[in-house]
Amino acid sequence: MIPIDWIWGLVGGLMIGTAAAIFLLGNGRIMGASGLIGGLVDRTGLSNWQERVAFLAALVVVPALMLPLFSVEVSTNITSNLGIVIAGGLLVGIGTRLANGCTSGHGVCGISRFSLRGIVATVFYLLAGGIAMVLFRHVLGVI
Amino acid sequence: MRRIVIAALSGGLFGAGLLVSGMTDTTKVQGWLDIFGAWDPTLAFVLGGAILPMLLAWNMTTRRAESLAGTPFPAKPDPRLGHNLVIGSVLFGAGWGLVGLCPGPAIASLSWGGTGGVTFLLAMIAGMLVAQPIRVQIDRLATI
Repeated sequence: MIPIDWIWGLVGGLMIGTAAAIFLLGNGRIMGASGLIGGLVDRTGLSNWQERVAFLAALVVVPALMLPLFSVEVSTNITSNLGIVIAGGLLVGIGTRLANGCTSGHGVCGISRFSLRGIVATVFYLLAGGIAMVLFRHVLGVI
Repeated sequence: MRRIVIAALSGGLFGAGLLVSGMTDTTKVQGWLDIFGAWDPTLAFVLGGAILPMLLAWNMTTRRAESLAGTPFPAKPDPRLGHNLVIGSVLFGAGWGLVGLCPGPAIASLSWGGTGGVTFLLAMIAGMLVAQPIRVQIDRLATI
């Protein structure tokens, strides 16, 4: 890690938490990325679709507008192995809907209200992510 | 209208925070999860930094009757954990480790994520579509 990275991590984290606080205090809603898009995808959240679309549209547009501010080229550095990408995407989609939340909903919003569900979910997805790294990077060598 | 403006403000700041924090970079996420590699602690600062404003926000909800938009604050969820919370979190974590993207950064990086980013997002949406039938099957097995 470059020493400055953790400062940007902390600054970005504070921005993420402030965004979640705005959504909670402003609209009375949990800022969970998987729930906000998932409710549109499976049509369980169409009653407040305008709010969801506005959130998701700004989530795409604002970082896109910020790209010129960076002196280095911004990249996701995502793997070029599309089989891995598809498998990962399917697992993230199925898993976050089954668990009713992801890193933002369970992690940021759940832990901060000392929700047992949020804490347990976070422990399990961190453990599973760590095991996936050991298995697929160090044992199988595919990522 | 007010709800839509607040939602856009929140979504925009969320996206900016994800980009600034480095969470749209899969190598930083995988670097955090890979404790046997060149371990990258950035994600801990991101999660810790994000929890701080939310501690205050949850505290403020106890002193207010309703949100600015006039809606009630979310009730404390059912404390029962249930098998789907654990199974779902394990599947999500595995996919997160494999690629290094969770739902927020996958959406935020759409404009620069290229073919890989779009493919991931479409696969994630497909997974969300089949999650409900899978949940029904899991619940059926769990009652046997």
